[in-house]
Amino acid sequence: MIITNSNLKIHNYYKWLQRNLFSSWINSFLTIIALIFLYKVGTFFLNWTFFEADFRYNFQGDLITDRILCSKNIVPGEYGACWAIIFVRWDQFIYGFYPTEELWRVNLTFALLPLAIVGVLFDKIPFRKYFIYFTFIFPFFAYYMLYGGPGFTVVDTNKWGGLLVTLFLGVTGIALAFPLSVFLALGRRSKMPIIKSICIMFIEFIRGVPLITLLFTANVMLPLFLPDGVSPDNLLRALVAVTLFQSAYMAEAIRGGLQAIPKGQLEAAQSLGLGYWQTNRKIILPQALKIAIPPIVNTCIGLFKDTSLVLIIGLFDLLGIGRAALADMTWTKLYYEVYVFISIVFFIFCFGMSRYSLYLEKKLKTDNS
Amino acid sequence: MSVNNFKKYLFDEKVRSLFFQTLVIGIFAVIIYLVTKQTAYNLDKRGIGTGFGFLKIATGYDISISLIPYTSDDTHLRAYFVGLINTLLISICGCFLATILGFFVGIIRLSSNWLFRNIAYVYVEFTRNVPVLLQIILYYTILLYLPKIKDAIILFDTFYLTNRGLFSPSPIFKEGFSIVLFSFFASIFFAFLIKYFFKKKQEKTGKQYPVFYINSALIIFIPIIFYFLMGMPLDFNHPVLKGFNFKGGMVIRPEFIGMLLGLSIYTAAFISETVRSGIISVSKGQREASQALGLKSNLIMRLIIIPQALRVIIPPLTSQYLNLTKNSSLGIAIGYADLVHGFGGISLNQTGKAIEIMFMVMSTYLTISLLISFFMNLYNKSVQFKGNA
Repeated sequence: MIITNSNLKIHNYYKWLQRNLFSSWINSFLTIIALIFLYKVGTFFLNWTFFEADFRYNFQGDLITDRILCSKNIVPGEYGACWAIIFVRWDQFIYGFYPTEELWRVNLTFALLPLAIVGVLFDKIPFRKYFIYFTFIFPFFAYYMLYGGPGFTVVDTNKWGGLLVTLFLGVTGIALAFPLSVFLALGRRSKMPIIKSICIMFIEFIRGVPLITLLFTANVMLPLFLPDGVSPDNLLRALVAVTLFQSAYMAEAIRGGLQAIPKGQLEAAQSLGLGYWQTNRKIILPQALKIAIPPIVNTCIGLFKDTSLVLIIGLFDLLGIGRAALADMTWTKLYYEVYVFISIVFFIFCFGMSRYSLYLEKKLKTDNS
Repeated sequence: MSVNNFKKYLFDEKVRSLFFQTLVIGIFAVIIYLVTKQTAYNLDKRGIGTGFGFLKIATGYDISISLIPYTSDDTHLRAYFVGLINTLLISICGCFLATILGFFVGIIRLSSNWLFRNIAYVYVEFTRNVPVLLQIILYYTILLYLPKIKDAIILFDTFYLTNRGLFSPSPIFKEGFSIVLFSFFASIFFAFLIKYFFKKKQEKTGKQYPVFYINSALIIFIPIIFYFLMGMPLDFNHPVLKGFNFKGGMVIRPEFIGMLLGLSIYTAAFISETVRSGIISVSKGQREASQALGLKSNLIMRLIIIPQALRVIIPPLTSQYLNLTKNSSLGIAIGYADLVHGFGGISLNQTGKAIEIMFMVMSTYLTISLLISFFMNLYNKSVQFKGNA
């Protein structure tokens, strides 16, 4: 037989199948079981999510405005998910109770957020310098846009909610925690015993208690610690707790990076006559942070997921607003639709971040060897 | 003092260090003074006293899950212990289940079967990228939508799965059961002796003995023999449907199962990754060398691969246990009566003693974290390289 190109390909596929799925009797048996499992779960999930689901209209063609209009509530057992709750409450899921006429301000901020982040994430983009400048301007711009100020009506933070709060806590928490964590990591390696022990105590304390107790403390105790006039609002209290929490974990990631720098670097810098801050800023930190980025991103993923805890102190983040939607009598009992939707949103963000961390790890590996 | 002298002191490392540290202490002292003063003033204005006297007051609330007797007449201190025990219970069960599931998934991730490998991969990516709180709430919701008590799902004719939890038989220990229990522990003790004895013998003669089978038989059969000798002193109280509820037996509440599922499924995803990287980290030459020595594949796994993989696995596994324990505080979201829910939540709202209660709760978690770190470090030391190799 003449081996043609296509023959070879088929032969390769066959070989691949044999090696990876049917290498032995036991393996073939397991493969078949896995296929049956996948078929059952897959068809169930696809049917529930797409083929038997309602989106905006039910099977009779009516616009769904109430859960009793969902197909599955009209003909029980025949239909899958009823995604109408997501469509109807879309604005709440994204913006919370932000006033409708001001939504463009949030949209503008959301749209510019990637521009503010891209310069930090990738080092080989054109005009990176300007992107970095923008990164530093962005927080002030975002504050002015989201909260308001001269020229814009003030939108109180208790009207914020949904993805806006989740992203706000995540992004601001990470941004504020970063400088703090650098100081903590340096302090933990400092030769001054008092500064060192303060840093160790702070880091180990924060890492030893659950975030929820920190949120409780910030929520209940910040007003006790501060004078009457300066009681921060709930979102700010949560932000304080989240930032402190994140800074301790980030500091440990950075410390790992610092430890990986050979001592010779430090000694060389000192022999050149550089002082402590110059040594760290110009020699040690640039190298250490580069090594520490993947673990830092991992702590960021953790923080982003943990922002969902603020619902316990009464804030309406994505999960909180979902639960609020379920508490509404018109939409109650559509649990799975809401939770699956929120899971997918979180998954997209966290999976994206973990892919970025993997990409960096690969890049660093090729850079160094 | 001349200018040069002054400059010398200004750039002296010791002087600088002393100066900075004094400065930091000074700033801290001022902050602490101001905060304490302000707090005292605020507390005074709101009429909240300080002190731990509230611990002796009756709570007036009920706790749904309690391993020690507790009624609403009991004190806040007792509520604290109920919460602590519940926190420990869910943490221990969670760590146990997460470890088993995590090792299982981690090994599947390395399977030669492409389909299995990738199903495990999808599981890991989906569970670790969704907040654990959301997962706990989701699993709890699923449990609440199980059939009602009258159409319970019956498992093995003994367990009843309903929306109010899992009803299962409860054991009744009759007279003589302690002897069976004692025989069980005694046989474990003898098993160790036998292992030691045969190991010595193997070192002398080089002959291998089926220690594992002998010991398994010992540990399984001796308690069974004693069980029959003592006239079967163990009975089960089966749950029976009477009216609208089950009578007898015991119930594992959905809050507990929801927490257990959420915590262990989430943490298992992380554990499986550490297990996978631990096994990968053992170099290929180790396996090949042991094959060349003629070891069987289960012995290679047990004697060569796993001991070396454990060195890599234990440190991250410790931090996963710590995370699970801390995440057990999320019970408050579904009403699992852990430390934060009862004592840290309801007691705090009732008494207003925020500082004292948060102090107690936080120091408890710190203590648990330190204890876990301490014991895992001990274990870690025992699996690390011995000697100065």
